[in-house]
Amino acid sequence: MRVQLRNATAIDIGKKLVELRRNGGVVTQGRVLTLVVCTDGGRGLEPAIAAATAAAREHPCRVIVVGRVNDGDVPRMDAEIRLGGDAGASEVLILALHGPLADHQESVIVPFLLPDTPIVVWWPTSPPEVPAKDPVGRLAVRRLTDATNDADPMAAIASRRAGYTPGDTDLAWGRITYWRALLVSALDQAPHEPIESARVSGLANEPALDLLAGWLASRIDGPVQRAIGKLRVELRTRSQTIELVRPQDGRVATLKRTGKPDSLITLARRDSWECLAEELRRLDPDEVYHSALNGISKVEYV
Amino acid sequence: MSEPAAAEWVNPLRDERDRRLPRIAGPCALVIFGVTGDLARRKLMPAVYDLANRGLLPPGFALIGFARRDWVDEDFGRIVHDAVKANSRTPFREEVWQRLAEGIRFVQGSFDDDDAFAQLATTLAELDKIRGTGGNHAFYLSIPPASFPVVCSQLSRSGLAGSENGRWSRVVIEKPFGHDLTSARALNAVVGEVFPEDSVFRIDHYLGKETVQNILAMRFANQLFDPLWNAHYVDHVQITMAEDIGLGGRAGYYDGIGAARDVIQNHLLQLLAFIAMEEPISFDPAELRAEKIKVLSATRLAEPLDETTARGQYVAGWQNGGEVVGLHEEQGFAPDSTTETFAAITCEINTRRWAGVPFYLRTGKRLGRRVTEIAIVFKRAPHLPFDDTMTTELGQNALVIRVQPDEGVTLRFGSKVPGSSMEVRDVNMDFSYGQAFTESSPEAYERLILDVLLGEPSLFPVDEEVELSWKILDPVLEHWAAHGVPEPYEAGTWGPPSADEMLRRSGREWRRP
Repeated sequence: MRVQLRNATAIDIGKKLVELRRNGGVVTQGRVLTLVVCTDGGRGLEPAIAAATAAAREHPCRVIVVGRVNDGDVPRMDAEIRLGGDAGASEVLILALHGPLADHQESVIVPFLLPDTPIVVWWPTSPPEVPAKDPVGRLAVRRLTDATNDADPMAAIASRRAGYTPGDTDLAWGRITYWRALLVSALDQAPHEPIESARVSGLANEPALDLLAGWLASRIDGPVQRAIGKLRVELRTRSQTIELVRPQDGRVATLKRTGKPDSLITLARRDSWECLAEELRRLDPDEVYHSALNGISKVEYV
Repeated sequence: MSEPAAAEWVNPLRDERDRRLPRIAGPCALVIFGVTGDLARRKLMPAVYDLANRGLLPPGFALIGFARRDWVDEDFGRIVHDAVKANSRTPFREEVWQRLAEGIRFVQGSFDDDDAFAQLATTLAELDKIRGTGGNHAFYLSIPPASFPVVCSQLSRSGLAGSENGRWSRVVIEKPFGHDLTSARALNAVVGEVFPEDSVFRIDHYLGKETVQNILAMRFANQLFDPLWNAHYVDHVQITMAEDIGLGGRAGYYDGIGAARDVIQNHLLQLLAFIAMEEPISFDPAELRAEKIKVLSATRLAEPLDETTARGQYVAGWQNGGEVVGLHEEQGFAPDSTTETFAAITCEINTRRWAGVPFYLRTGKRLGRRVTEIAIVFKRAPHLPFDDTMTTELGQNALVIRVQPDEGVTLRFGSKVPGSSMEVRDVNMDFSYGQAFTESSPEAYERLILDVLLGEPSLFPVDEEVELSWKILDPVLEHWAAHGVPEPYEAGTWGPPSADEMLRRSGREWRRP
């Protein structure tokens, strides 16, 4: 169900929500968090809503999407409420802020935050420089950015460190969770030797790989290189090489280890919603992500 | 003892703060005995696929089926494929299936066939070479316990049971773990002769359920419930596992076993242990086990057994919109079978916390509906400052843990009925997994198989727990064997009148779950 309200106040929208809930029997008691999505207008709005809705299937939440419309100097708010089939397990509230109101997003969000549940904010594009100091970011326990959507992803991910506050995460970090898990478990096998060097290569505009290199640099005592080229991660110990490679657009990766048979693993690139769902699973700060950010400065770009 | 180098090795990429990292099992192969069985097709194979789909199986994982059928690898692969398509929880993805299919093998033979086990050993050695399974093997015995001795000795004879040089070999067994204390001990001895106790994983699939693990979270992570969790406030506890299905086609397994052995001995007594145990000092498997063993050691049947237990046998009736036959008409059961299909017992736990609080356990087939729940029923308020008429509809407060289906927790308490007069009626406050965490809690078997491959023993009962459970149950089994026959109850009802009578004696009654 989709209900549109033009030129509405927060009070109008709130009343409508209660009415829909009473008449439609839609309950919200089970909602575990409020997810605020801050977009900058039309660009990427629907994909962001789709990702949030998909992630909400795992974490029933209220999704508030705020978009800014730069059209003159009359402040106005239009709203759309999506419930039931159109919103998956959650309820989606889309607020388009016109004119000067666009600079006061927090003022319209506050009345719609669910009581006593955590708030997560996500900027699919153009995040603030210091997310925790942003007026909306300040309300949240978790602040999510996505360097992949930036014009210069490599620079964007490198700049996250300066603006980092515990609770921040970039979705690029979730893209490599399974890569990391495979490397960790490959290293669990004998021979148990320390890693002497590592090399990560792939597309220049895949910030997840910069994070992967940064994570390796933060964990091992040796040089870590980040190169542009084939999608490939290599760890070298004294007597063996562990290699994880995948065709750029492939869905199956190969794990190669010295003296062991190659093995194939399903390892497709994760969609935004999968990364988002993973972020929503943990609402405490990810310290390992912070070390990975710090590690990027130790990575040798070749 | 593991070699010193392995003990000192710390994986530099591991960090306990890195909690988003999934636990992927190390290289290994899973051998299933009894692949043609219902459980293997409905639960085990789909669970293996779901694990693969979630990326939790190691690269190069291998699945080997062992059965008497005249199959080749491809035939078995097709059986697994169909089983997965029909029963997996996660969506079917061709690329995941392809990876899994590459590691599927089939070994044909019977359990007493030495050559078949030699063939199994060869197949496993080959897989170690080409798939890199590293000599790590888990043997899932989805077979009748009567075959355990022969399979165990065959595994031992073909050199597959040993864990050395950093390799492991584990055995997974399913209920029934014997049919009384003596036979359970014998069975433990048979398995224990070949596999050390820390390599034996006894599956009680109830312990793999999220709702059951949540009992520990609810009790020990909250301040709210603990003060009430004792004989001062709790009047009694009811643990119910009801099934609506009958026993058609299961005579071979069930006849002579009965509801108490099939369900109470394992599932219900484990649930009782989770509800009644003291707080473990940590969630270390050994600590958890220590508390469960303590509480099971303190548990006894309430006497006299004639008055504190009940058993029944379903007779023909109407259920779920159809007519169903009684046990005596089910195929494979003798017309004079005395196997009980309903069993209820009363346990008392002789500890300071629980003295005087009866724990009522009941289970049955062909009951009103399929439901498993634990109800903690509280005492009435010692004084009600209302007129009698105001509280006629007020029952006892209750906390109900809904294990399945519709997983969740309900708290029942009295509330004022809106209106000008003071009238109090029971209302429910509800937490539902479906709402707070939505879909996708893993199937119990997924969790348990992964734990076997990871060597994580917390969710598996050990031999001592099994033996203690039989010690609790044996007296009533002997009593029933010596006295009378099960009382008939109509299919689709909540059991025989004696079950209601058993609670009514102390002024209580069963919840309708």
